[in-house]
Amino acid sequence: MSVKWTSRLWAGAGTALATLVSAVGVAAAAGHEMAQAHGDLSAIHGAATQSPDAFQIPAMVLAPLLIGVVLVPALGRLRRSLAYQVTVVVFVAYLAVALKALTTVLAHGTLHYKMAGWMPPVGIEWTLDALSAFVVLVLAVVAVMVAIYSGVAVRRQNPEREVPFFSMMVVMMLGLTGMVMTGDLFNLYVFFEVSSLSAYALMAVGDRKAPVSSFRYLLQGTIGASSYLMGVGYLYVLTGSLNMADVASLLPHLLGNPALTVALVLMVAGLGLKMALFPMHLWLPDAYTYASSTSTAIIAPVMTKVSAYVLIRMIYFVFDSNWVLSDLHLGFVVTWLAMAGVIWGSVMAIAQRDVKRMLAYSSIAQVGYIGVGIGTGNPWALVGAILHIMNHATMKSSLFMVTGIVEMQTGTRRLQNWNGLGRKMPWTFLAFTLAALAMVGVPPTNGFFSKWYLALGLAGAKQWVLLVLLVLSSLLTAGYFFRLLERIYARTGEDVGSGSARVGEAGDGGVREDGGANADGVKLAGASGSGIAGARDPGLALLLPPLLLGVGTLVLGLVNAWFVTEVIAKALPAALRIPGLGG
Amino acid sequence: MDALHTFHSTRPLWALLVSLLAIPLIVATGERHRNLRETWTILAAVAKTVLVWSMLPWVLQGRVPEISLWRITPSVELALRVDTLGLVFAIVASTLWLLTSLYSIGYVRGAGEHKQTRYFASFAMCLHATIGIAFAANLVTFLIFFEMLSIATYPLVIHKETPVALAAGRKYLSFVLPAGLMLLLAVVLTASIHPGGLDFQAGGFLSGDDASRVLLRWIFLFFILGVGVKAAIMPLQSWLPAAMAAPTPVSALLHAVAVVKAGVFGVLRVTGYVYGPHLLKDIGVWTALAWFAGVTLTVASLLALRQDNLKRRLAYSTVGHLSYIVLGAAILTPYGLIGSVLHLMFHATMKITLFFCAGAIYVRTHKEQISDMVGIGRQMPITMGAFAVGSLGLAGIPGINGFFSKWNLALGTAQGGQWIFLGLLVLSGVLNAAYFFPIVQQAFFRRNPEFSSYGEASMWMVVPLALTALMSLVLGLAPNLAAHAWDLARAVSAAVMGGAG
Repeated sequence: MSVKWTSRLWAGAGTALATLVSAVGVAAAAGHEMAQAHGDLSAIHGAATQSPDAFQIPAMVLAPLLIGVVLVPALGRLRRSLAYQVTVVVFVAYLAVALKALTTVLAHGTLHYKMAGWMPPVGIEWTLDALSAFVVLVLAVVAVMVAIYSGVAVRRQNPEREVPFFSMMVVMMLGLTGMVMTGDLFNLYVFFEVSSLSAYALMAVGDRKAPVSSFRYLLQGTIGASSYLMGVGYLYVLTGSLNMADVASLLPHLLGNPALTVALVLMVAGLGLKMALFPMHLWLPDAYTYASSTSTAIIAPVMTKVSAYVLIRMIYFVFDSNWVLSDLHLGFVVTWLAMAGVIWGSVMAIAQRDVKRMLAYSSIAQVGYIGVGIGTGNPWALVGAILHIMNHATMKSSLFMVTGIVEMQTGTRRLQNWNGLGRKMPWTFLAFTLAALAMVGVPPTNGFFSKWYLALGLAGAKQWVLLVLLVLSSLLTAGYFFRLLERIYARTGEDVGSGSARVGEAGDGGVREDGGANADGVKLAGASGSGIAGARDPGLALLLPPLLLGVGTLVLGLVNAWFVTEVIAKALPAALRIPGLGG
Repeated sequence: MDALHTFHSTRPLWALLVSLLAIPLIVATGERHRNLRETWTILAAVAKTVLVWSMLPWVLQGRVPEISLWRITPSVELALRVDTLGLVFAIVASTLWLLTSLYSIGYVRGAGEHKQTRYFASFAMCLHATIGIAFAANLVTFLIFFEMLSIATYPLVIHKETPVALAAGRKYLSFVLPAGLMLLLAVVLTASIHPGGLDFQAGGFLSGDDASRVLLRWIFLFFILGVGVKAAIMPLQSWLPAAMAAPTPVSALLHAVAVVKAGVFGVLRVTGYVYGPHLLKDIGVWTALAWFAGVTLTVASLLALRQDNLKRRLAYSTVGHLSYIVLGAAILTPYGLIGSVLHLMFHATMKITLFFCAGAIYVRTHKEQISDMVGIGRQMPITMGAFAVGSLGLAGIPGINGFFSKWNLALGTAQGGQWIFLGLLVLSGVLNAAYFFPIVQQAFFRRNPEFSSYGEASMWMVVPLALTALMSLVLGLAPNLAAHAWDLARAVSAAVMGGAG
């Protein structure tokens, strides 16, 4: 049954994606030459400060991914291991261009790329400003890290699925990057679906329950996407344009129009669902838990964040944020829902016995922090929200990768069975500990500074209750992480009062097959069979990505002010610029 | 205040980092080469102590070394500045770390503790954080190191990994983590009402114009909740007796010196360098703080009387003595502040002596209950002699340094006309005598045939405890010797009270 399920999903998603991707690919390829011509033109006119090279960058960011979409399945068909290698190369190239993109944007300002040379508002425009370049860089870093990790992980957990797996991974990154860079509302929807469909496919790989939870995600995600699309429809009827900048310039004349309010609410609701904003988070826990650890490691840090990014784009850049947040009181709604999500997610995380599920609930809470920043709508709160997009991506991908490693090395994700693992897998758990401390918000990790700017924003907005809730909510996070750290470092294999913890010592088969080891009925794939007693650090390919990201939480915390002043301050909408920052 | 001359120097940074740099060496050396591993600890402690002391002449001349590293938030730099108060705390912490390191070696080997590498590494981390707290030039830097200290202490509290120790660890976290968040709240609110900068300034940098009095009072409350947990102000004290589950050197240095003193140091920073006496009088919160301290030092002494476990009795005694320091800061008089700073130094030498003694007794005899220590003075004369010096000092007997700091505290209460607090100080002195003297009395003047075979603990333990007792004695006779404690305390008091304008 489950096999059929999965393969149907694969087939369906594959067909849809192939069509979309080839369309985008052809368009981009055609656009390349036209754009070059256009770049020359603008140089002649002397209107643009950007060099022709800089002008190409939005297309160059997508180029490695577009090539990868074709190359990964093609070469993977020749030799299966090539799929992994090509994916890593593609993502490294993507990261290199993303870095170049960010430095260029910081030096020269916003880059516009008119796809296929069609001038907006008719043609599709890609925009790289500080905000989108920043988010693209975050995506690229996570992509490279998870891709390196996936080589061994996919081979061990989902053997013979490498080619479709890595293909989908590239397609998903393509979709997400498109969502971030596009300057067109409908084009955003297209990439939205590209990333979502590939994510559904990736999520369907994993435990026995994965296809079902992925299907639930598909149903709910489609509702979200449709809601967004309907909102775009309303906007199109009202303004006759789909270009974001164009729509933004037309909207001030329409502010009293009830149809505009409907459009906005539809879009916010749709995006809220995709970013798991409380109470629209119901798809998330199952989807993250049952998907394979690689799927979760790539999807969890970026998927909800990109939706949050789009929400920022809509509220602050397309609509008038003052009108949205204050006049319509949507700020109040979003902030309080997000805060409810922080508390609900954290409380549920405390109640979990499966580490991966705990992390899934914690994701709901962390996205809530971003929501609080978006809803509060003053400069510092928004800085906190944008910074947390990066910070949470580093922490969460590290944590999910470590969970995957433990699952592979010991065959268990049960909390009780993690006792004493810190001694056996010191490097793995160094990464985990750093990321966990960042989640709690211990200074000087990056999590602390997310909290700092959000709190500064709430204090500036005189939202005292929210401020106290925000600060105290870290206690809940501390509750579930320190409980785990205590097990990892200060307890030994036996757990008093838990019969199932002993199963680990029965050896390989007992853990993997015995349902008693997993009260949730989770079948864990890819356990290497050494069991808990013989657990040890994995090889470098598995270890290095989470460790680098774990250390990254510390480094990003120490240099956070650079990101804030040099990148995020420049990424703020004009109305919210902080005096003396970002120029 | 303007007479102070600040200048750029990397020495504070090295003093901060030297213990952090030792950690990878300690971990890499590990259990296989124990002597080499302990060499790293000792080297780091010696280097730290020398570096800190080398800044004393500068500070006495009114010169303030400082170093700004980089911006940690867009408006605040990660910066270190060695002002007088910071140096006082750093001298206490680094010097006693050196002695505690020697003592630790004797203790963990004598008691056969496990996971010694983690133990020494965490210890070095704690000292790194402590010096960071002492030298922090602004509230954000202070907050970062304050939180770092909270986390770094946790592995030491749960060191034994017994259910009791794990429960103590949870209790410890359930106090210090909320406290850290309260401090975060206070700092964020301060940053939002005073965007001009968060640098500590003698006499305070906040003024009544920054925000409404109500908001200023709330922020003060959050500050005190934040630092008050480590300072063990009642009702926030109950983690401290529980944390006695840690090995004794941890109790000695961290729960008598570094961690708890970081709390009272925080109180001094907040009252003297953030709010300042002027604003505190204006918004009228100082009386509340003084009353909490006054009640704590009385009740803690009463509770200490009831403890039969030696370390727990010492813990309650610590709770009481920390509130002496808080009280000195809260009553906002020049002598009160002098007494407060002196007691921050002097209580450390006395209390660490007592904990060292408790540890030596435990390693040698495995006895923790006071009622079991009858006649022990004959077998361990140096240890119990040192214990006698420490307890006499804490009770305020002239000739030992405790008298000197208490005398100034009493003068301070009299100066402010706070007769009730003077009464409480005297009462608490009597209670100190009541809970310490019986221990000494039964150790020396009652016989117990059971103890015929015990002798002193190893030299690693006896020498440090004798040294700290000697320090207490010498400082009692010549308070201004070596560390210039008296000069430093007066300088702090003059700067804070003078800066109030």
